[in-house]
Amino acid sequence: MTPKKADKIAVNVLYGLSGIIVLILASLLTYILVRGVPQFSIEFFTQPAKTFEVGGGIIIQLYNSFYLLLLTLLISTPVAMGAAIYLSVYAPQNSFTTFVRTAIEVLSSLPSIVVGLFGFLMFVVQFKLGFSILSGALALMIFNLPLLTRTIEDSLTAIPSSQREGGLALGLSKWETVTRIILPAAMPGIITGVILSAGRIFGEAAALIYTAGQSAPALDFTNWNPMSITSPLNIMRPAETLAVHIWKINSEGLMPDGPDVSAGASAVLILAVLSFNLLARYLGKKIQKKITSA
Amino acid sequence: MNDVKNTHPVYTIKDFNLWYGETQALKNISLEIPEKQVTAIIGPSGCGKSTFIKTLNRMVELIPSVKMEGSIHYKNEDIFKPNAKVESLRTEVGMVFQKPNPFPKSIYDNIAYGPRIHGIKDKKTLDEVVEKSLKGAALWEEVKDRLNENAFGLSGGQQQRLCIARAMAVEPEVILMDEPTSALDPLSTAKVEELIHELKNDYSIIIVTHNMQQAARISDKTAFFLNGEVIEFDATEKMYSNPHDKRTDDYISGKFG
Ligand SMILES: Nc1ncnc2c1ncn2[C@@H]1O[C@H](COP(=O)(O)OP(=O)(O)OP(=O)(O)O)[C@@H](O)[C@H]1O
Ligand SMILES: [Mg+2]
Repeated sequence: MTPKKADKIAVNVLYGLSGIIVLILASLLTYILVRGVPQFSIEFFTQPAKTFEVGGGIIIQLYNSFYLLLLTLLISTPVAMGAAIYLSVYAPQNSFTTFVRTAIEVLSSLPSIVVGLFGFLMFVVQFKLGFSILSGALALMIFNLPLLTRTIEDSLTAIPSSQREGGLALGLSKWETVTRIILPAAMPGIITGVILSAGRIFGEAAALIYTAGQSAPALDFTNWNPMSITSPLNIMRPAETLAVHIWKINSEGLMPDGPDVSAGASAVLILAVLSFNLLARYLGKKIQKKITSA
Repeated sequence: MNDVKNTHPVYTIKDFNLWYGETQALKNISLEIPEKQVTAIIGPSGCGKSTFIKTLNRMVELIPSVKMEGSIHYKNEDIFKPNAKVESLRTEVGMVFQKPNPFPKSIYDNIAYGPRIHGIKDKKTLDEVVEKSLKGAALWEEVKDRLNENAFGLSGGQQQRLCIARAMAVEPEVILMDEPTSALDPLSTAKVEELIHELKNDYSIIIVTHNMQQAARISDKTAFFLNGEVIEFDATEKMYSNPHDKRTDDYISGKFG
């Protein structure tokens, strides 16, 4: 077989394989959307869920998902940022930092149900935080940190060292070089990484079942007292998210229209995750363009 | 330009040695670099030119394996003494790199960068610094109408002059240049050379170059490096017309390198 022929075959095989992946993804998306979108209605998005009757909505679960996402990002982004800066700029190459890196790799491959059970024992039981948004956010932080640290570290190390040297040569300290040169230049990558992780967080169920809980107490959206149990701001209340809701309906839902609610909720979930991904690409490109445009 | 005045040394280097891990890159260097003159560093690839000038602003220490021995005084101050502040040394000793490395910001912000970090906030003062530096780097006429455009849109030669202007904006005493024209076309090279010639009224300039004609054109003194040693250090004119060492002669006449 001539190299040219082999090359042609290889290209065709790879082409076919990527085609299969696209096909699987497309049919999955189509199925979920075709099944779910017809369930959309004003009530579906504005009513709380119903346990025994037809016609429940998802407003509370949807809100909980976003609130939990926001809290998780607020906790995990600064931590990941600090770890990534340390690893990419300050950490010496020695056995300790190699160990830290390995630990991050291992942590990133932990099944999320394990993270959830750890969160249950640690935050819910040991720290007595109960089934609460806070417990859920902490568990999601553990779930999210490794990958987020990795992506941020990658965006930081991608900045050419000539930029860093340019700053140091002007008399900037190491820290000033980080905050004023490396971080701004790495911002598109960091933002993309954070938004992509938002997609993963938003769709996560297993880590939340035993931490944020499986119930969604009624919320009063006019109550802004964060200590009150019906306040949307309260972080000590249990908070079933959209992803957990879907799991719950399918495992023990009692409402007669369970399959429909679940299909609708799945479609919402997919659309949300999809828009996070598109937003990440769009923002990343846009900032990149703004930075490098003449 | 070739009359070497008897000025104070800006750098006094004594018995200086430097290793990257086990390999020695600089061997027993002793030099006095004159103030407000252009000193050229020449020599074949790998002889330690870059290492030498990166030592003068202590950038070489960014490489973890570096070990040093001997002394370097900048204006009678030991640059390695324990309480020496490397940031203030680098504020007084600017550096221009082989490849232009503007920041991904506007032309204005590139120049205003150093002054801002060193505490200048006043917009009018900054405007003046920017204009003065760009004029000093012979770039003002070309960019004065597009100060807010991104520096990446400039040509390579303009970017290099921007980097020179950026270095000048923090008002250094010395400017180190590591092959500043090697990535530039002949026309831009000529402009930068002309600029260096102007700059020596106000700055001490130490320039690494591979180009012997360039060293002859722009420098007052030349140091010839070979395998980490200084073979010869003298007035440029003398070195080119009547070198002491046979190896210098061979290098300058193009027998190796
Ligand atoms: N980071 C490093 N680690 C180990 N060795 C290095 C490092 N940088 C340079 N060296 C070695 O030190 C010696 C001097 O290198 P240097 O870059 O100073 O040479 P140079 O004269 O600037 O060469 P060129 O003209 O090619 O730029 C070379 O042998 C080089 O291999
Ligand atoms: Mg070099």
